[in-house]
Amino acid sequence: MPVPDTMGPAAATGAAAGRRPSRAALTRACVIAALLLLALFALPALLSLYYVDTMTQVAVYAIVALGLGVLVGRVGLVSLGQVAVLAIGAWAAARLLFATTQPYPVVLLEAGLITMVAGTVIGLPALRMRGLYLALITLMLAGAITVVLDTVNFPNGGRGFLGYNGSAVRPPPIRMPAIAASDTGYFRYSVVVAIVMFLLVYVHIRTRPGRAWAAIRQSEPAALATGINTTLYKLWALALASFITGVAGGLLAGASHYLYSIDFPAQNSITLLAVVLMGGAYSMWGAVVAALLYQFLPALLQNWGVSADWLTILFGLGVLQVLRTAPAGLADQVPRDLARLGRMLRRRRGVPRPGEPAVTAAAAQQPAGSDPR
Amino acid sequence: MIEVTGLTVRYGGVVSLDDMSLTFEPGTCGLIGPNGAGKTTFFNVLSGFVRPAAGTVRAFGVDLLSMAHFRRARWGVRRTFQTEQAIEELSVFDNVALVHEHSGLGAAARRRDVLAAIGFVGLDCDPRAKVRALSAGRRRLVEVARAVVGRPRLVLLDEPAAGLPEEETGHLAEVIRRIPEHTGALTILVDHDMSLVSATCATTAVLDFGRLIASGPTAAVLRDDAVIRAYLGVSS
Repeated sequence: MPVPDTMGPAAATGAAAGRRPSRAALTRACVIAALLLLALFALPALLSLYYVDTMTQVAVYAIVALGLGVLVGRVGLVSLGQVAVLAIGAWAAARLLFATTQPYPVVLLEAGLITMVAGTVIGLPALRMRGLYLALITLMLAGAITVVLDTVNFPNGGRGFLGYNGSAVRPPPIRMPAIAASDTGYFRYSVVVAIVMFLLVYVHIRTRPGRAWAAIRQSEPAALATGINTTLYKLWALALASFITGVAGGLLAGASHYLYSIDFPAQNSITLLAVVLMGGAYSMWGAVVAALLYQFLPALLQNWGVSADWLTILFGLGVLQVLRTAPAGLADQVPRDLARLGRMLRRRRGVPRPGEPAVTAAAAQQPAGSDPR
Repeated sequence: MIEVTGLTVRYGGVVSLDDMSLTFEPGTCGLIGPNGAGKTTFFNVLSGFVRPAAGTVRAFGVDLLSMAHFRRARWGVRRTFQTEQAIEELSVFDNVALVHEHSGLGAAARRRDVLAAIGFVGLDCDPRAKVRALSAGRRRLVEVARAVVGRPRLVLLDEPAAGLPEEETGHLAEVIRRIPEHTGALTILVDHDMSLVSATCATTAVLDFGRLIASGPTAAVLRDDAVIRAYLGVSS
């Protein structure tokens, strides 16, 4: 290999080409745009109200799964407290919605910021711990938050800091945004907010924080040796995950109309981690798959008259399958397997890939090195 | 110049570095010794991963031990590790850019430096290529590019040739030999490949059980009786 004094030709070419989006990137962008249009306009028209509400929950939990994916997949911090963080966001949004007349987006932003502070404090042990110990600590903290919420309850239009009126016979529902007061409208509203959250995370992943997180996940000493302030970037990841989970909590408050502490048990964080691993903690598509598994699948089973409790077994087997055969999750495995299937079918039919000579089925069966005549 | 004085590192009852005092002159210096001699521990002290029980390290007049670990890299301490640390999911460009992001330079200058470093180590691949697609030898070169990008002052190479075939080791030797003149950095090379050390290092120091047993011009050190007994072995 030669040792040039300055940058090589390949480097120069690559740098120049690096600014132009590739064909694959353009195709990907078109597919995403088409799917979003389908979700925003076709789904509400095709689905019953039951499934529209379910898909609103999918949009909400896709944001939560995305936050957990940032922690687990990008930085390597296993948190089992995300459902509690979601509850904090929901609580803060509900309180603000009852106490003020601020526009809904402002309330979502405030709920995200409040949750960001709380979630970062909860995640502080992450600065010293990893793996099982961090998972246990966050689970315990989630349990503690559940106990607190059990005691103080969610706001229901009462007065004071807690905003809970235990004697209210008919508490008012949590208000929804004026522009999305119907279930269909709120579904679209949730999808748009989810898109904004996904874009926020995407920008982080593609820039300095994303590279720093990748380095930390690979090896913390190596990250330090490249000048990365690992404490700062871990806190950054916690803050981002908590912020978007808080916003998701705000969306959940509007979607649920009434919030109860029983809806946020600490053990749900374990199920959430399981579906995030199944969906794919390393990709943003994985968060969508995780949310479908977490919300759509139980709703589907319930509609068919099958108990959703069976999913506990299914998710257990799913995590086992993913850990053994596809560590990057279904979001990576399914397209890869489909592509493999396509290649196999093309080979069977003798259709060449671009740039490959045509191979007939008979020729393909010819043993290597034998005379093809 | 790096001045190490009375450096001592203890892990419980084990003394990993024992009162090490040595001056590294500008250029490429070798640091050799048997496994467990304290070579990587010395690198870990310089990187800030290990706090010494005693001693001082002054690098170009600066007290290195008083600096936070991540700030040392920003100041100019760069290193490679025995195990591969190039980040598979990032491109070659991003792997190298990662080190240079806190330099305070503008984006265009950083980009130019990163491409220059990739070119310097002889990586003739597309900088946008993911590291996971590269061979082991090229991944090693990515790590070396990370160590030389921008303005490093001290480059620590921990067994960079481990596992490489002869041809790639020859190329790596050429790259290492040129680091001081290209970057102005003092380079310390730890390796068990004596031909690599001889080809690249003007001076060499030898550690054995944490103690410095020899230092000086490489050729003279490799003929030293104590070094032959402790590390190189006596041919029958």
